[in-house]
Amino acid sequence: METLLACLSGFLVATSVWLMLSGNLMRFLFGLLLLSNGFNLAILAAGRLTPGAPPLLGAKGELPAGTMANALPQALLLTAIVIGFGLFAFALALTIRAYRTFGHLEVDRMRIAEPAEDRK
Amino acid sequence: MSWVLALPIMIPFVTAVVAFLLRRSRLGDLASVGGSVASLVAAVVLIDKVLDQGVIAGQIGGWQAPFGITLVADHLSAAMVLITAIIGLSVAIWSLAEIGPQSARFGYHALFQSLLGGVAGAFLTGDLFNLYVWFEVLLISSFGLLVIGGRQSAIDGAVKYVTLNLISTVMFLGGAGLLYGATGTLNMADLRGAVATSPDQGLMTLIAMMLMIAFGLKAAVFPLFFWLPASYHTPHYAVSALFAGLLTKVGVYALMRVFTLIFVGDIGYTHEILLWVSLLTMLTGVLGAAAQGDFRKILSFHIISQIGYMVLGLALMTPLAVMGAVFYLLHHIIVKTNLFLIAGVSRRLTGSSDLYAIGGLYRTAPLLAALFIIPAFSLAGFPPLSGFWAKFVIVQASLEIGEGLVAGIALLVGLLTIFSMTKIWAEAFWKSHPDGRQPTLADLPRSARWQMLGPIMMLAAMTVVIGAFPSPFLEFATRGAEQLVDPAAYVAAVLGEARQ
Repeated sequence: METLLACLSGFLVATSVWLMLSGNLMRFLFGLLLLSNGFNLAILAAGRLTPGAPPLLGAKGELPAGTMANALPQALLLTAIVIGFGLFAFALALTIRAYRTFGHLEVDRMRIAEPAEDRK
Repeated sequence: MSWVLALPIMIPFVTAVVAFLLRRSRLGDLASVGGSVASLVAAVVLIDKVLDQGVIAGQIGGWQAPFGITLVADHLSAAMVLITAIIGLSVAIWSLAEIGPQSARFGYHALFQSLLGGVAGAFLTGDLFNLYVWFEVLLISSFGLLVIGGRQSAIDGAVKYVTLNLISTVMFLGGAGLLYGATGTLNMADLRGAVATSPDQGLMTLIAMMLMIAFGLKAAVFPLFFWLPASYHTPHYAVSALFAGLLTKVGVYALMRVFTLIFVGDIGYTHEILLWVSLLTMLTGVLGAAAQGDFRKILSFHIISQIGYMVLGLALMTPLAVMGAVFYLLHHIIVKTNLFLIAGVSRRLTGSSDLYAIGGLYRTAPLLAALFIIPAFSLAGFPPLSGFWAKFVIVQASLEIGEGLVAGIALLVGLLTIFSMTKIWAEAFWKSHPDGRQPTLADLPRSARWQMLGPIMMLAAMTVVIGAFPSPFLEFATRGAEQLVDPAAYVAAVLGEARQ
């Protein structure tokens, strides 16, 4: 299972790099989404996969006999997903605004802030 | 838990809520200034306690380290919180003159305060994942502030700023997550021991590099700085002054914290990379500045070149060099914010930031010219201003360990800095205005004049005082550097004496 997750994570990162190298802002954002999901999977796998083991102590607070799941990586992931969602929503809104401003989404042609001929 | 540690973070967020509720009236602006004063008081109390007791730590919610989230203040953190509060107050007052009711209605003051809260949180946290969360808080606030003017160039700059910073965020998250997977802890003091004793040192170096890229992107070091000159000259002047002073410095702080506390196992590798990166950052930044013809663009490139000096101090990793980096960091924030505020006044008086379209300020606004000279010469490193001591210590530290080439580059970059400062001086202040306009400070409304010049004078006075009486500040930086190079006190304060 870990191997599968590792390969999947690597595949997502590779795809995202390919998408982000494109000059189109929308493709870049899709790449970013895949990149963060690739990293999320990696963190999930790095936090050890313990299927079926609950993250619970015994009735008197003693450690369980078998394996015990660690809930912290999931908690980290949840935080990261929520934050990532917020940032992505902002990035999408910005993209719409950029499209209305420039009429296209080609990053190479967005030169208002940095004109090619900077001085006379 | 200790209120002294929590208040510098809580006050800005409470202020942000109040300012947001009052955003439609002038009271919102005043709430922002009032909250900044309260933050300043809290920061002074904090630094007083740190000077008195050394490193102080508090556990949030009573969960003991390394399981709970820790807030820690050593000399560096406390000083950074204080300087954040000073910059926050200065720019909050200055904003009164620039930020109109429309930007205020979109929540300018609320975003401004939550940015300050995020910055203070990043300086005070002792937990790597918590640092990630504070980075996000200040990042999303900075996104809002960047686009709040709504000008076309601001949207353009924001596209580059947002996308590249999001990549840095993902790298940081990945590094933190893998580090937890490998060591089982996220508490930075605990990580020091866990990383040192980890059986897989190669993996540790890999994670160190991921964090170096993440923080390096935030700090705008050599191959990762392109978002900065693309965006810093586009928003309101108050916003770019705040960004210029604080945001990249959060990245530098994170680099200093992580590469003195956690990743010191392979200094020959990680710090050697930092050394080359810092030299290239200094050179490309200052050369970029020399090629520009816009007030704020020149200043933006100077941020990059000055970041190089701070990273250089960290890369050399001797007590003297780290002391130089700490001193540089503190001096630079004051000077850089001040220069952007002066650029804002110049723009207001002359109507443009293009250096070839303005001029005549020396004759018509001599006070502004005098106020510009102080931070400009300090940035370039003229004695007896604060920048001289900062550069002096860094150069001395590199000569001390026989790095003559490094010292030579540091001095050369100082020389080139003077070149582009004289360019601003000659174009904006010395030559007469190309259209024959005679802009004077009296053109500004009376209230705006003081709201703009008051903070500039205060920051300039601080630059002069640090330069004229450097010994207490150098002494402070020395103690801060000792805590960084030998973090035993930091670890003890967080984990308790027993677990050392």
